Amino acid sequence: MNFRSIRTIINKEWAEVFKNRMVLYTMIFLPIIFTILPLVMLYFTSQGTESMGGVNTADVPVEFLSACSEDMTGGECMQIYVVNQFLLLFMMMPVIIPVTIAAYSIVGEKTTHSLEPLLATPISTFELLAGKSLAAALPAIFVGWASFGLFLLALPLIGVTKPVIDYISGPTWLLAVLIAGPLMAIASVNLAIFVSSRVNDPRTAEQISSLFILPILGLLFAQLAGLIVIDVLVMLSFIGGMFLVDIGMIYLGTTIFQRETILTRWK
Amino acid sequence: MIKTKKLTKIFEIKKGADIPAVVDLDLSIEQGEVFGFLGPNGAGKTTTVRMLTSLIGPTSGEAWVNGFKVGSEDKEIRRSVGVLTESPGLYERLSAFKNLSIYANLYEVDKPEQQVEKYLHILGLWSRRDDPAGSFSKGMRQKLAIARTLLHEPKVLFLDEPTSGLDPEAARLVRLFITELSEQGRTIFMCTHNLNEADRLCDRIGIFKSRLISVDTPQNLRQELFGRKVVMHLGGIDPAWINPIKEITGVHDVQEVDKKLVITMDDPDRLNPVIIRLLVDLGADIKFVGELRHSLEEIYLQTMEEETELDNEL
Repeated sequence: MNFRSIRTIINKEWAEVFKNRMVLYTMIFLPIIFTILPLVMLYFTSQGTESMGGVNTADVPVEFLSACSEDMTGGECMQIYVVNQFLLLFMMMPVIIPVTIAAYSIVGEKTTHSLEPLLATPISTFELLAGKSLAAALPAIFVGWASFGLFLLALPLIGVTKPVIDYISGPTWLLAVLIAGPLMAIASVNLAIFVSSRVNDPRTAEQISSLFILPILGLLFAQLAGLIVIDVLVMLSFIGGMFLVDIGMIYLGTTIFQRETILTRWK
Repeated sequence: MIKTKKLTKIFEIKKGADIPAVVDLDLSIEQGEVFGFLGPNGAGKTTTVRMLTSLIGPTSGEAWVNGFKVGSEDKEIRRSVGVLTESPGLYERLSAFKNLSIYANLYEVDKPEQQVEKYLHILGLWSRRDDPAGSFSKGMRQKLAIARTLLHEPKVLFLDEPTSGLDPEAARLVRLFITELSEQGRTIFMCTHNLNEADRLCDRIGIFKSRLISVDTPQNLRQELFGRKVVMHLGGIDPAWINPIKEITGVHDVQEVDKKLVITMDDPDRLNPVIIRLLVDLGADIKFVGELRHSLEEIYLQTMEEETELDNEL
């Protein structure tokens, strides 16, 4: 494996992508919204956690009570229940952000006719796809982590109590943001690149790749419906599943990416 | 440098519908040779180049480029050849320098920045090195694409329509550059529709339409198809002079056209003095003698016409 080739592809992708202001704005705008939303919700619910309209632990869905510690008030437990739905936004961030970049990566090269000279270099399929995947996934992972860092730093400033902060900075959220998110990003990016190499239009690639948000939405609705509670065990199982999906996606991507088909079937 | 044995590529469009793009191609191209590959659109020229540059695999047959075998030493082939694709395929948002430095790194060039600088200077693009490739004229884009082809100093170059769409001045510069590259000992495999260009640049020409129809030097192709013709401009013509000329061994045909005799013969160097002496003896007033050169376009069209007739008969 030639790391110089991978690094070159990453630099090339970034040089191209960051010259496009719209993509840059998407990368900045979405994380800001996703970080502010839970903060706003926590700010308003933190104004009276003791009473919170008279909420007590009995008002929290029974399936969720296991996530609350004994020393939490009913208001704090309810806050955790609500903020847990936003956890999925932080997981979604590294999935949504890179899709535009990744979906355009191969089909974009096709439309500008730059794919053939690129494939004529000694670069291997794995190096090319690794470079393109990392170029799309790394900024999204970094932005996801940075947003979560800012979110954590802002919590005490808006009056969120220690038990809630302890929960948010606890293993469930850390596993979700630091590991599950990046794994989701890698899978979605590889799917986007795979789709990108099979279609002739960047918009089609983007739309098909966006379907990868569905598993996260599945988690969200399952939690809202009380079917599951996202805790450490669920998150570890999810991470295990995503790890296998990632391996499968990378394997599929490199074996299905056929230089010949891409060059000769493209008109 | 480039050798193919029964190289064949058949595309399967759908079950039972195969399209033979290249059939039984046998070629041998020597180092330093400029080889012109001529054929109509859809003849399989680009497919041939793609096979020889290891971008696509052959259906059957074998090929070697630079001593490396197509299909088993693909990475070595790609490392040792330069490919100018029909469309420049540049990264339009990126500067000329960045475009080249990406490829210098992908080709694992030792000192990429120096090499990029060298070729930007050679092709007269140094002053525009920081401008986005998208702001370049067609000629400048083509020059940038040619620079990209040369960054890793390949011994074999594949040029697909190198002057396509260029204005005459830009095309002339590209042609001069191709001549320079050939003088450096590089082997050049050039697909072109510009027959005049092929005639001027190529040592040998292959006329191709899925199969190699003929391959030779432009001069030999002319002779093979039309024989060698000499035109003699005379003060006046007596029809009685024609038969004595026809009787000379090696003369195949004599035609009278507007106070000119067009004589088809085997060896003008040997036969011209004989014919001139005869005409002078017969009282002819010879004003000018020259060889009639058929253009490559005539050769190409004649070859294609014969090929089409053959196809129709089959």
